[in-house]
This record gives sequence, C-alpha cells and structure tokens, in this order.
Amino acid sequence: MNNKDLLNLIDITVSFEGFLALNKLNLNLKKGELRAVIGPNGAGKTTFLDVITGKVKPTKGEVIFKGKSLVGRKEHKIARLGVGRKFQSPRIFENLTVKENLEISVTTPKSPLNLINKSIKDEQLNEIDRLMKIVNLAQKVDSKAGSLSHGQKQWLEIAMLVGQKPDLMLVDEPVAGLTDEETDLTADLLKSLSGENTVVVIDHDMEFIRRLDSNVSVLNQGTVLCEGTMETIQKDKKVIDVYLGRPED
Amino acid sequence: MEFKNLKLSKKTTFIIWVAIIALVIAAPTILPVFRLNLLGRYLSLAIVALGVDLIWGFTGLLSLGQGIFFALGGYCAAMYLQITSSSEFPNNIPEFFGLYGVDNLPFFWEPFRSPIFSLFAIWVIPALVAGMIGFLVFRNRIKGVYFSILTQAALLVFFNFFNGQQKLINGTNGLKTDVTQLFGQMVGSESMQRMFFWVTALLVIAAWFFAKWVVKGRFGNILIGIRDDEPRVRFTGYNPVIFKTIIFSIAGGLAGISGALYTVQSGIVSPQFMTVPFSIEMVIWVAVGGRGTLLGAILGAVFINYAKSLVSEALPASWMFIQGGLFILVVTALPEGVLGWIQGDGPRNLLQRFGLKRKIETYPSLEVNNKEGNNE
Repeated sequence: MNNKDLLNLIDITVSFEGFLALNKLNLNLKKGELRAVIGPNGAGKTTFLDVITGKVKPTKGEVIFKGKSLVGRKEHKIARLGVGRKFQSPRIFENLTVKENLEISVTTPKSPLNLINKSIKDEQLNEIDRLMKIVNLAQKVDSKAGSLSHGQKQWLEIAMLVGQKPDLMLVDEPVAGLTDEETDLTADLLKSLSGENTVVVIDHDMEFIRRLDSNVSVLNQGTVLCEGTMETIQKDKKVIDVYLGRPED
Repeated sequence: MEFKNLKLSKKTTFIIWVAIIALVIAAPTILPVFRLNLLGRYLSLAIVALGVDLIWGFTGLLSLGQGIFFALGGYCAAMYLQITSSSEFPNNIPEFFGLYGVDNLPFFWEPFRSPIFSLFAIWVIPALVAGMIGFLVFRNRIKGVYFSILTQAALLVFFNFFNGQQKLINGTNGLKTDVTQLFGQMVGSESMQRMFFWVTALLVIAAWFFAKWVVKGRFGNILIGIRDDEPRVRFTGYNPVIFKTIIFSIAGGLAGISGALYTVQSGIVSPQFMTVPFSIEMVIWVAVGGRGTLLGAILGAVFINYAKSLVSEALPASWMFIQGGLFILVVTALPEGVLGWIQGDGPRNLLQRFGLKRKIETYPSLEVNNKEGNNE
C-alpha cells in the first residue's frame, strides 16, 4: 500500500452462511487508473462491488478509500465520499425525464433542505447539458427515461455516474446488450474518463476489455487469480484453465 | 404494484378546479345546512387523502395507520374546545372528569388552555408522532408489506390506549365538541358550521398547493426515485431515511388538520377515528381517485363519502358491498384510478370497444410519440 493508491482491498472475505463469495481478496487501485475485472460466473465480481459500495459488509478484511475505512459506513455516505456505481442492468428512474435523472445525480449537497428550498445551480445545469451531449441524449431531454432504448438507458446511467463526480467509478457490465458500434463508443468514453477519474470496469466481453487497453484483474472463486495486461493474462495457464479456455468465451 | 407517473394535463386540472370552486361557492346557497355540513366533513377528509397520496402515490409507502394522526388532530381540537368551555363545571374542568371522580386536570391538558398552542398542536403533534414512528421504521429499512402491517399494528395500539383511558380523555365515549363554545358561539350552531365549511374549503385548496409544491422539482423527483428504486437513490448519495421521514411527517400533519376539521364538523372525536376499516378507507379514496395525481385524492375522498351517505340513506347496509365492488373495479379495471383512466385515454378506448368511436388510424407508437411531443 502506498499513498498514491486510491483504494485498497485487504484480505476481504465475505461469507454467505458458510459460502465464501470472496476469499481473502486483495486489490489495489492507483489514482487515475482504468482497471478491468473479469471472471467466470460466480467468481464474486458483483459481491466485490457490493463490498466497496457498502451494500455487503465483509466478514473479514478492510476497505481503505482515500485513507479512510469504508467498512460499516452506510451506502449514501460512501457515495458522498466519492464512490459511484453503475449497475449491471440499467438502473435509471424510468418515470422521470432524462434531465430529471441527471439533476438527481449532479445535485449537491444532497440534503432535503437544499432540494426543496433552492433551485438548481447554473453550473449544474451546464454540467447536465455537457453530459447530455457526451452521451448523445441532448434531443431526449424531456422524454421519460423509460421510453429510451436499452443502449440509451445504459448511457444515461453512465452519464448519471459521471455527473456524480466520483473519484472512483465502478462500472458493472456497461456494454451488455449494446450494438458493436455502441460498445466501441462506450469503450472510448470510459478510456477518456480515466486519468482524471479512477475507473473499474467489470465485464464478460473480451473484445470490449481488449479495447479498454488497461490492466486486467482476473477473479476466480472469490480471489484474485492473476493481474496484468491482456497479453500477460491470456498467456497465464491458470487463467486459461478457469476462464479463457472455456468454449463459451 | 406498478406505478406510472401521471401528469394530468393542464386542461383537465383546470376543468376540475373550476368545477370544484363552483361547487364550493354554490354549495352554501343551494344545500340545506345538514348537507352542507356533510360536504364540509368530506372536504376535510380530502386533506388526509392528500397526505396518503404523498406517501403512497409518490413515495410508495402504503400506510394503513393514518387514523392515528387524524385522531390526534381531532383530540387536540376537542381538548381545546372542552377546556375553554368548562368554566361552569365543578373545578373548572371538563364535565366528563366528574363521572370518574377526577378533580385535577391531567397535566397534558394544561397547555390546551392556550388557543395559539392548540392551533399549532393540531398539526405539529401528529407530525411529530409520525416523524418519530417513521424514523424508527425507516431507519431499520422496514418497507413494503411489513411497513403496512406495522402501521396497522401501531393504529391498534393507539386505538386500545385511547379506548381505555376514561380518566384522561373520556375513553371510548370520546370528546364532544358541538356543545362547546368558540368565539362566544356554540360550535354546533348553524352559523359556526357554515364558517367551518368555508375554512375547510380554503384549507383543502391550501393543502393542495402545499402538496403540489412538495412534489414539484427535485424533492418530488427523489420521492418518486425512492418509490421506484430505493437502493439506486442511496447509491447516488441520498439518504432515503430522511426523505421518507419528512414526507411521512408531512402526511401526519395533514392528517391532523383533517382530523381537527372533521371533529368540529361532526361534533365529536372518539377512538372510532382509529378503527382499522376507516384507515383502509382513506387508502381506497386515493386508489379510486387516482394515485399520484393529488387531485384524484381530493375527488376520491369527497365523492366516495358523499355517495356513501346518499346510498346509506336510500339502501341501508348496502354501502359495504358497493365500496367493496368499487375497490375491486379499480384494482382490476382502473389500476390508475379514475383520473388516471381519464388521462390515459380510457374513455375513448371504451367508446371504441362499443363501436361508438372510430379507431385511431395511425400506428399506436406514432400516437404515443405525438402525445409526448405535445406535452413539451
């Protein structure tokens, strides 16, 4: 661990009534890094995100983010510290318009008093305009988010994530169900976000991960099997055995 | 349960409001005072229904215990009226205490000598009680059916407590208000009842504006967010516990005002306000009128109750069947309530089904897009 690290997961163990979803998992993220996390089904990828965002409390181990422990903090507090999450299937507010969705994400402070008393700040409105242009939703401002196509929903959620201005972005399967073209655009978008932000991408899609051109951590049975560039891990025998060698991917 | 967000068009809202205001202005001249009094009571119920719509229609909290806050408001009003009208009774305390051999006023009655305190107590006390119950429940992440059961259990606790406390608040007999004095007049007198009708009508409109203000903008959007996907709201950095506590407390305060107005117009407050069926009826009014529309809550409360009294006069004992049937109809055929049905092109679809209106010639999807375009 050194002080350039944004996030350290130390010996994280999560036990669901005896079943070890995560088993002594160690992972360090540097500031500005783009990291891909892959692994077969049941490897603990989503639990790994749940631990960081406070949804699941680890049975053992420590999560250190910006020098502070996250274990035992409530989800909204962790979010306010600067951890943003995009869910596997798009989780947007379908009954609200695109703009209202983004308003929810860019608003600060997130207190009831601020929301009911004051109108939204100009710089936040500008930020919404900027985000809508980035994800090509500028023409859908006042459409219900529920009426968007699947790809647009994915992008709206990514825009909401960016709007939260998190230091750490956790992105769970951002290209599931997207067309090839949309997948390419998403990869470029995520790459452009890293550097300033630290991004963790979880996905199955090997082509997509390759395009990210980043360090990859391979999870298997709740622990980190191997870390390195795509080339290194593709040559790693353990990885080939558990994951890449499988016929379906 | 699927929630759709209904935005009533400006035109519909305008027409309904013109009708409501015309009704309110015309009522005192065309209705005999007995009917006027009934209408006033039902208008006061519209305020508790607005609260139910805020917590259920917008935030997704189905409370079956709004009767608690309704009755608390009623008791606050009745205690003030009783104590200010007790000068001719022994010990200068309300008459009923004599029946149970109580000579000293229980301590919690004292502040109700002050009209200003009482005026605040009517809504602040129910709001505080709702806030406390809400905070404890929401902090422990109790939701859905468990929340509904818990509120109903709380209702029963309050009911039993009030029912058993003869020496404190006259127990099951309740507190009468119609023979008490206010501004030197009998509360039950015709002129007072006419005044209460006006006060109620104005407060219903004020409550509607207030509710509208609460749900508009980002605060209301967070409420809808909590209703549709609470964890997502949490991961965005908002604390749903605070938002739910606030809105539950607001609904409690509205219920208190409603209960006070209902009490002075019906002449008595009693633990009957806290029975289980009554609190469930409040939910039915909102369901029939249309969840998440606010206006639907007002219309539902007034029309169902007025229908109830008319039907009960004509065919005693048949109302329960009608009410049950109405609820089944809404759940099966009009899940968005009557206003939601009207807004969702329900009438046109019905006419089409009977061949009375031509079908739309465009593709349904085009129709939908057009509609969205018009709303912008």
